[in-house]
Amino acid sequence: MSTVKLDITREHCPMTFVKTKIQLSKLQSGDILEVLLTEGEPLQNIPRSAREQGYKVLEVSHVGGQVHKVLIEK
Amino acid sequence: MENSDIRSLDQPKDPKKLSIISFSGDFDKLVATFTLATGAAAVGYEVHIFFTFWGLNAIKKKQGRAFVGTGFLPKLFGFFMGGLGSAPVSRLNFMGLSPKIFRYLMRKKNVATLEELVDAAKALEVNMYACEMAMHILGLQKSDFIHEVKEVLGVTTFLDISEGGRTLFI
Repeated sequence: MSTVKLDITREHCPMTFVKTKIQLSKLQSGDILEVLLTEGEPLQNIPRSAREQGYKVLEVSHVGGQVHKVLIEK
Repeated sequence: MENSDIRSLDQPKDPKKLSIISFSGDFDKLVATFTLATGAAAVGYEVHIFFTFWGLNAIKKKQGRAFVGTGFLPKLFGFFMGGLGSAPVSRLNFMGLSPKIFRYLMRKKNVATLEELVDAAKALEVNMYACEMAMHILGLQKSDFIHEVKEVLGVTTFLDISEGGRTLFI
């Protein structure tokens, strides 16, 4: 089991979702993806779509400023 | 009738499926097509794009201007239409200058360019199809397209594929 980090704070729609999805598809079951994202659409929808696709959202936490951290387990 | 009944009638049977008819070969409309397709695929939608008429230019192997097609007129037409790299914008094209400006601005503002969106669509395994009838008119073969184009289809097969989901014409 490993943790992979992904920073999408500088990305815009749809690449915020695209990069998260592509990174998740590369992980093994049980691996964790740590996503740094900004408030607004990414924060509202990335944890929700991850849950809908059967992944486990372990944590959503505020890092500072507009940046949040989401931990997703595959 | 209750409100909930009305909603249930309006909603597609399978809301997690998006089918797009890509008719326009315009740069800006292709950006819209591939933005919707990749965004939807990334959040778990099954996505299908059916390329027809000008839209076929977007999936040609040769992205610049090339004499693609069989026969004199299709070859000439193919040359003037070009591929993804020579797609014009739908307004204020300024003889091909505007797509270059758009590409520059998209890179500068860290927004995915059209080429990056197409690559993302391939990576996300978006289903791409070519229209048999338009290919016939333009003298195009399946081998003229990128290998991600799964099949050459007609209307009835597209209707079967898109059944129950949402369909857009761009």
